[in-house]
Amino acid sequence: MSAVVDEHDHDHHADDHHDHGPAKGLLRWVITTNHKDIGTLYLLFALTMFFVGGAMAMVIRAELFEPGLQFVDPAFFNSMTTMHALVMVFGAVMPAFVGLANWQIPLMIGAADMALPRMNNMSFWMLVAGVLLLASTLFMEGGAPNGGWTLYPPLVLQPITVGKALPFAIFSVHLLGISSIMGAINIIATIFNMRAPAMKLMDMPLFVWTWLITAFLLIAVMPVFAGAVTMLLTDKFFHTSFFNAAGGGDPVLYEHIFWFFGHPEVYIMILPTFGVASTIIPVFARKPLFGYASMVWATASIAFLSFIVWAHHMFTVGLPLAGELYFMYATMIIAVPTGVKVFNWTATMWKGAMTFETPMLFSIAFVVLFTLGGFTGLMMSIAPSDFQYHDTYFIVAHFHYTLVPASVFILMAAGYFWLPKWTGHMYNEKIGQLHFWLSVISVNVLFFPQHFLGLAGMPRRIPDYAVQFADWNMISSVGGFIFGASQLLFLYIVIDTIRGGTGEKVSDEVWEDASKHSLEWTLPSPLPYHTWTTPPVSVPTEHVLDSH
Amino acid sequence: MSTNSTYYIPHKATWPVVGTVGLMIMLAGFANFLNGSSIGQPMMIVGLLTFITMLVGWFSLQAKESESGMYNHEVGISYRHGMMWFIFSEIVFFAVFFGTLWYTRNLSVPWLGEGATKELLWPAFDATWPTNGPGKVGGDFEPMGAWGLPFINTLLLLTSGVTCTWAHHGLLAKNRPQLIKGLIATVALGFLFVCFQAIEYHEAYTEMGLTLGSGVYGSTFFMLTGFHGFHVCVGAIILSVVLFRSTKGHFSPENHFAFEAAAWYWHFVDVVWLGLFIFVYLM
Repeated sequence: MSAVVDEHDHDHHADDHHDHGPAKGLLRWVITTNHKDIGTLYLLFALTMFFVGGAMAMVIRAELFEPGLQFVDPAFFNSMTTMHALVMVFGAVMPAFVGLANWQIPLMIGAADMALPRMNNMSFWMLVAGVLLLASTLFMEGGAPNGGWTLYPPLVLQPITVGKALPFAIFSVHLLGISSIMGAINIIATIFNMRAPAMKLMDMPLFVWTWLITAFLLIAVMPVFAGAVTMLLTDKFFHTSFFNAAGGGDPVLYEHIFWFFGHPEVYIMILPTFGVASTIIPVFARKPLFGYASMVWATASIAFLSFIVWAHHMFTVGLPLAGELYFMYATMIIAVPTGVKVFNWTATMWKGAMTFETPMLFSIAFVVLFTLGGFTGLMMSIAPSDFQYHDTYFIVAHFHYTLVPASVFILMAAGYFWLPKWTGHMYNEKIGQLHFWLSVISVNVLFFPQHFLGLAGMPRRIPDYAVQFADWNMISSVGGFIFGASQLLFLYIVIDTIRGGTGEKVSDEVWEDASKHSLEWTLPSPLPYHTWTTPPVSVPTEHVLDSH
Repeated sequence: MSTNSTYYIPHKATWPVVGTVGLMIMLAGFANFLNGSSIGQPMMIVGLLTFITMLVGWFSLQAKESESGMYNHEVGISYRHGMMWFIFSEIVFFAVFFGTLWYTRNLSVPWLGEGATKELLWPAFDATWPTNGPGKVGGDFEPMGAWGLPFINTLLLLTSGVTCTWAHHGLLAKNRPQLIKGLIATVALGFLFVCFQAIEYHEAYTEMGLTLGSGVYGSTFFMLTGFHGFHVCVGAIILSVVLFRSTKGHFSPENHFAFEAAAWYWHFVDVVWLGLFIFVYLM
């Protein structure tokens, strides 16, 4: 690809067009097309939503602290479980990874910006619009949606369940879908078309690879969710019978369509997580990533398998026996490529000259705790056992292990890892480590007891429970409050680092020998507003050493 | 044609925010309308007008930049990636409704007419297609045949695919009259298709008792053909813009992304129709 110039400002002479940083004032953030600005917007928005969704989780844990109804009425409790999920999935985790993609992909592949900068701006604002529509339902007559984030009919179509919220939630999904699809298209076009000529596909850092595959998943499944909720809308307001057995339809059809979206969706949240972990671990193990090529293929395999396992979310719905068996075995196969990844991370650390800065601590915790979440997933894949686990706190424990100490921890790790590069300031390592230890202990106090609760039969999505579940719920809630409070440390560190951090000037590499692993560490710290206006002539290949 | 050897990166963009605000107001208005609020309709109109303003403004800007040679070959490749994957997402969207039709006809309707469901719930229900279900939701109706207007519409769309390609050949051969004539024919056939579909819908509603509420047959029929008809409208409007630009002397054999994108979209709409004709009307 040839060199890149920026926009010729039509009202000015061409000779001053090298001299533009960001626009002045707040408007800069509204009209920006710069991948770093948009990445920042995504990340700050995601962080905000992390605390909004976290506040909802605190309401849930407060209500479940002891049996009986204490603080909120059951309908509001159900709104909280529904909105906590929707906000965390669509407002926090997904946008945070898109923010990382915006910052990092152009830096890592030697591109001046994203391929379609105007659309990049629109992706972000569509996300905000979608979340605003969703959040507006909290203040409506009847409250926010409370039928669960999966929006299953016929429950979600009952007047008492939805109030006025349903159409807003549906259109919110449409806007979020448009946002994700535009973001994904941009990422694919950027990776294929903007890569430095020196970088072959099999030279790309794994973060780039995992995002490329995630982008395909997004384009393939967001329209599926859009279609499903569109049918909910017409069933509710336009007399169709898609999910109405009296008219020849079937509510189970919704579950099939939803999970055809929903299962790839959970991998949309975990594949970029794998990518970041594969980026961080080699730097602090001071070794090349073990099995680069197998990591790429494992990621692609997981993505493919994600499309053919959806009904393991529906084992108790009354599937034909052949269906139960097929989805059981297909699901178990996912453990193979996932195992490849876990062993590769472990092998990368094996005999490495390891140091344990905060990003590495979070990454190691991710490997251990994600594996635990994977094992419970394997338990649930066994259809007859799942009849016991289904809709209990065991499921809640499982997917929170794959999302909180996995995706969220890795997002924290990414923050500690790249903030010094982005801002030019070092974060406070002591507070970082304190944040890590508080988080890793409390997250287990929070979620591990939920395995016991689930196995003992406590159902999900209820504000009250039988007294025999009281002890573990109280412990879980205590863990939840500590975990929630600990995240304020992260907020403090982010603000502190942006405003100067420890005052220590970081080097261009930030981390020892990081520039051997990936291109962004060869650029100045802090990063200038425009980077790679001419593409790099050579690319680091330390991370792919095994395959060369 | 493009003489620019560099990748054009715009610096600020105002249209995306305008479009987002427009779409959000429109959808919030629609939601209010569905909830029976009187503020819904005015909001929808304001939102739609804002959204249309964005489309006009943004596409005019793109056309101006393209014609002034600001886009090099690589920019064109990015745009093609964008259009290709956008169409892919649309294909998936339609696949949901085709999948729904398949599931309904092959699984859920037969299940309603067999075993305990039949014996205990609906002994009188005969699981055949087309159906409006054991509850006879929407009342008696007559299913839509394939060989009347739908067949004519199939011929119209297939012909429009040919005229579109003929126009493309004209563009590549620098034969502008052929380009313009080909596009006029394509747009005309597209709008004629929409007119015939409107007549078909009118007959369904007034004479055949077939409505969106006619059980799952009516639901799948109108959802699939309705979304397709909407896409034909959008495609025909896109082609009209391309036609207008062609009369202004835009596009060259080397630089005509807008034409290509419109043509791809049109062929996509065409192929979806063939799927509809086979699976909705014929089978």
